[in-house]
Amino acid sequence: MLNVPLATFNTIVLISSSVTMVMAWASLMRNRFGTFRIYMGATILLGGVFLVVKYFEYSHHFESGEYPSTNNFLALYFTLTGLHMLHVFGGMMVNAYFLGPGSKQWKTNPEWFINRVEHSGLFWHFVDLVWIFLFPTLYLL
Amino acid sequence: MTSDHTAADIDRHVRVYITVFVALMALTLITVAISYLHLPLPMAVTVALLVATVKGSLVACYFMHLISEKKLIYAVLALTAVFFVALLVLPVATVHDGYWIH
Repeated sequence: MLNVPLATFNTIVLISSSVTMVMAWASLMRNRFGTFRIYMGATILLGGVFLVVKYFEYSHHFESGEYPSTNNFLALYFTLTGLHMLHVFGGMMVNAYFLGPGSKQWKTNPEWFINRVEHSGLFWHFVDLVWIFLFPTLYLL
Repeated sequence: MTSDHTAADIDRHVRVYITVFVALMALTLITVAISYLHLPLPMAVTVALLVATVKGSLVACYFMHLISEKKLIYAVLALTAVFFVALLVLPVATVHDGYWIH
């Protein structure tokens, strides 16, 4: 019913995005703003890839007549993955702000900016952490 | 925690991040490979959650810098863990002899 290879791919995508997020922070700590922009851009892009893959998964479910109302498992599956996707989207929005208009603060108060990026990273890693548990629970068992 | 990091510290951090990344990838492939063995359900649940816990701990300890946090942070985390377990136990505790207690 669920596509394990596709979800494995998505797990790799999300773990990679966590690494690029922490590298974005490390770049700021090394005073390399250009590198920060590349890693932050990559983090947002990987979040986007995750959502696109999930869109295809959802489309396939709906085409096969699988809805939250079909059975208990699918109700839980759609609730858990749906809420998780909303959090991925939220994290992408915050990261996009720090890549775009929010990055002005790097010039005026770099220490605060680094802390903001670190906290946005904490949220992003937590979203990754939740997926690390959702993936085996929903797809592998 | 921004000002007390030197450039050498960050270089060491980055090397740790790469190692953790490789470990997370390996554990992902291992957990998928194990799922194809079709172990008996209790065994499969135990192994899958064990691998997920190791992966989650790696993310929390290194990417979220939990390994080098202050005592207060650990105390708050412990409190969260207690409430999490309580929430899980609550519905189980309302079942008696296989029936829901109303």
